[in-house]
Amino acid sequence: MSDYQYDNQTVKGFIVSSIFWGVVGILIGLWISIQMWKPELNIAPFFTFGRLRAVHTNGLAFGLGVGAIFGITYYILMRLCKRPLIFPKLARFHLYLFNAAIALAALSLFAGMNQSLEYAELEWPLDIGVVILWVIFAINVFGTIIKRKEEQMYISLWFIIATVIAVAVLYIVNNLSIPATLTKSYHLFAGVNSANVEWWYGHNAVGFVFTTPILAMFYYFLPKSTGLPIFSHRLSIIAFWSLVFAYLWTGAHHLVYTPLPDWIQTLAIAFTIFLIAPSWGSVVNGYYTVGQDWDKMRTNYLTKFFILGITFYGLQTVQGPTQGLRVVSQLIHYTDWVPGHVHMGTMGWVTMTVAASIYYIIPKIYNTEIYSEKVANTHFWLVLIGQLIFSITMWITGIQQGALQKAVNPDGSLAYSMIEIIAKNYPYWQMRTLGGVIFTIGMLFFIYNIYMTVRKGKALAAPRA
Amino acid sequence: MAGEIYRKPIMFAIVAAVVILIGTAVTMFFPMLTPEMHPKLEGLKPYTALQLAGKDIYQREGCHYCHTQTVRPLKTEVMRYGEYSKAGEFAYDRPFLWGSKRTGPDLARIGGKYPDAWHYRHFENPRAFFAQSNMPSYAFMKNSMLDGEEIAAHMRANNFPYTPEDINALNGKTEMDALVAYMQVIGTSVKKEMPVKVAEVEVKNPLAGKPEAIAEGKKLFAGNCAICHSADGKGGIGPSLVDDEFLYVKGDLADDDYFEIINNGTKEGMVEEGRTAKGGMPPFGAQMDKNKIWSLVAYIRSIQGK
Ligand code: HEC
Ligand code: HEC
Ligand code: HEM
Repeated sequence: MSDYQYDNQTVKGFIVSSIFWGVVGILIGLWISIQMWKPELNIAPFFTFGRLRAVHTNGLAFGLGVGAIFGITYYILMRLCKRPLIFPKLARFHLYLFNAAIALAALSLFAGMNQSLEYAELEWPLDIGVVILWVIFAINVFGTIIKRKEEQMYISLWFIIATVIAVAVLYIVNNLSIPATLTKSYHLFAGVNSANVEWWYGHNAVGFVFTTPILAMFYYFLPKSTGLPIFSHRLSIIAFWSLVFAYLWTGAHHLVYTPLPDWIQTLAIAFTIFLIAPSWGSVVNGYYTVGQDWDKMRTNYLTKFFILGITFYGLQTVQGPTQGLRVVSQLIHYTDWVPGHVHMGTMGWVTMTVAASIYYIIPKIYNTEIYSEKVANTHFWLVLIGQLIFSITMWITGIQQGALQKAVNPDGSLAYSMIEIIAKNYPYWQMRTLGGVIFTIGMLFFIYNIYMTVRKGKALAAPRA
Repeated sequence: MAGEIYRKPIMFAIVAAVVILIGTAVTMFFPMLTPEMHPKLEGLKPYTALQLAGKDIYQREGCHYCHTQTVRPLKTEVMRYGEYSKAGEFAYDRPFLWGSKRTGPDLARIGGKYPDAWHYRHFENPRAFFAQSNMPSYAFMKNSMLDGEEIAAHMRANNFPYTPEDINALNGKTEMDALVAYMQVIGTSVKKEMPVKVAEVEVKNPLAGKPEAIAEGKKLFAGNCAICHSADGKGGIGPSLVDDEFLYVKGDLADDDYFEIINNGTKEGMVEEGRTAKGGMPPFGAQMDKNKIWSLVAYIRSIQGK
């Protein structure tokens, strides 16, 4: 029982699992990035680009992202509620089921079982597994909050509650399908309607997997690691409610100029622009929090992770709304610009904030200090450089693709054939791989640092035990 | 009251759910109840068993991560791909396959653009046609046989009509047959417009016999035409350009007919000077100006020895 008391085991389990799936996902990311300029690396049938890309995105969004969210949320939850999880054994089962589900998910995607809905690729039996996972999570989150020992619910808990509700609605609705066999189903929705449901889901997966739970971490760990209180409580209230309200209207900005009815597109674009405000609410709050003592950037190694993370979140939430505008969408939609945008968020904001949270948690759990701040700093600079190379090269080549596709000769005929445009991407695709390698090396420094911290912690604990 | 909510988790959760569901209701649930989200073009037919099998393979292979299937109503995009996409074209697509990234070209108008033989060769090895293509090779599909039972189950799930004979006909068909059949039906419910209408073309090639034009034409031919007509013009996927037939009838045609066929391409059943085309010659008018096309004609004439 004592093992379950504060349930650090489950938290650790999720963190280690998420790191493991993160490594798998990142290596596959490297692989597909090389396939883009070296197609011989497609090994049919299981390891072609079209299959590996789904393993990459699912492995990282669900394996690294959601795995870290589960573990770190449990950690935050116990501290903010001042009590253990309400059902610790259920949480342990949650961990095992999570790993089984991700492993099966990866295998099924290699095998080509793909619903062709971005970020909802998994076939229906696995969808049921995901829903069970989420229900278990919800039971523990709500149960623990209801039985909490601290009256006031801190900001992070708001974001966690919103995440639990929104993801449940999004995931269930978009995955409604007509099963044909155990491994194949067809979307309940067809054509334009299917598109509208999918991108309502798809954009909010970004909102409620890559944003709200990460903000929950940010609001919890930034004050914890710097010792500075959040600058404005009122600002966080406004930012929270306007964010969860506005997000759900914006999905159709992924469908600009498609046959989707114009009014849905226009409404989505309008809300997309509005979304800058609540996003920047959190950014400003973060800056002003550390602004109480900028010296923390130097004296506390974790501060810069959080500040850079929130900076990329801020850039992301300006770039995103800009991309929604019809004139901009015309040029950059469907090009490599978009992976450039996505990875600023996933590498710069999500992975940065998750890594910093783990740096905070692991020494706390093991009652020790981080193995090496120097290694952590090396990790920081490498992932930053890697991510910038990735994003900047993709922005350049994305604009180039868009512009060349529109270019015309003086007599009005098209200036470039598609294959001529493709050929011009190669140097950028190669540079992207270089950025990916640097990012990966950075992540290896991170893993080494965590591993050594755990070893140190275990050595300390051993004589006492 | 306002402050209370941060102490009452259940109330907080309910309020949060309502706030989240407003946008959801307006932009997602409500439109679903209106007919504008369920349009269907008159000419649109449900997929046949073979075509559906191809579409399943398209999804399985993740072709949609590199190819879109929606042409935006933008001038250069319509020039490049053809008529922009209509809402009513996708009523049988569960899910939609519009995609979000064009590493390769859009496929919304691929149906009928090339002959079947082109697709077989291309799927087997895209680099045989385009050295710079990064599309994976799908040669294995030539040897994977279709499973009729399974496809019948897929047809039922979609509520598409089929007969036992349709399923029997799948016997001996390969995955590649299915994928090609799917390619050829995509976007065909919309009438194919000739991309560029040339109002006035000289009857005689103004560049005929000019050495620079022939040299330019030779380059263009190697890059764009040799794939189908072979490097020496003697034919392959497309017919020979150096024999004395034109569209399967003896007797050559004039320069402006050459111009037109290169500019506009062909489609099945199209009649040119009383001769019926089988389709499969892609249009080049959108990507080649008049001079380039006339240079090609000059080059073809030169290899014909005319
Ligand atoms: C890695 C990205 C990638 C994947 C995956 C991919 N393609 Fe392609 N595809 C391309 C590129 C690039 C081209 C343009 C060069 C060429 O024709 O090979 C292309 C061209 C094509 C064309 C010719 C289009 C035209 O108008 O000339 C067809 C048809 C096609 N692909 C079908 C498919 C199908 C079907 C699949 C899945 C089985 C697939 N592709 C998977 C990248 C990809
Ligand atoms: C994808 C394969 C393909 C490509 C590429 C292609 N063609 Fe064709 N071409 C065909 C086919 C198929 C036909 C027969 C058309 C029909 O029956 O509708 C044809 C017919 C023709 C004809 C009529 C010849 C006859 O004897 O019937 C000419 C001329 C021609 N092509 C020229 C060109 C030129 C010039 C290019 C390069 C700019 C080119 N083609 C590129 C497939 C192709
Ligand atoms: C070594 C590091 C990485 C490399 C080399 C890499 C590479 C790639 C490549 C090549 C694509 C496909 C882009 C395309 O279709 O054109 C992609 C897509 C994607 N990756 Fe990564 N990636 C890396 C890290 C990450 C991380 C850490 C995350 C998330 C935590 C992530 C999330 C995604 C997502 C969500 C997409 C889909 C993007 C879209 O729809 O446009 N990636 N990645």
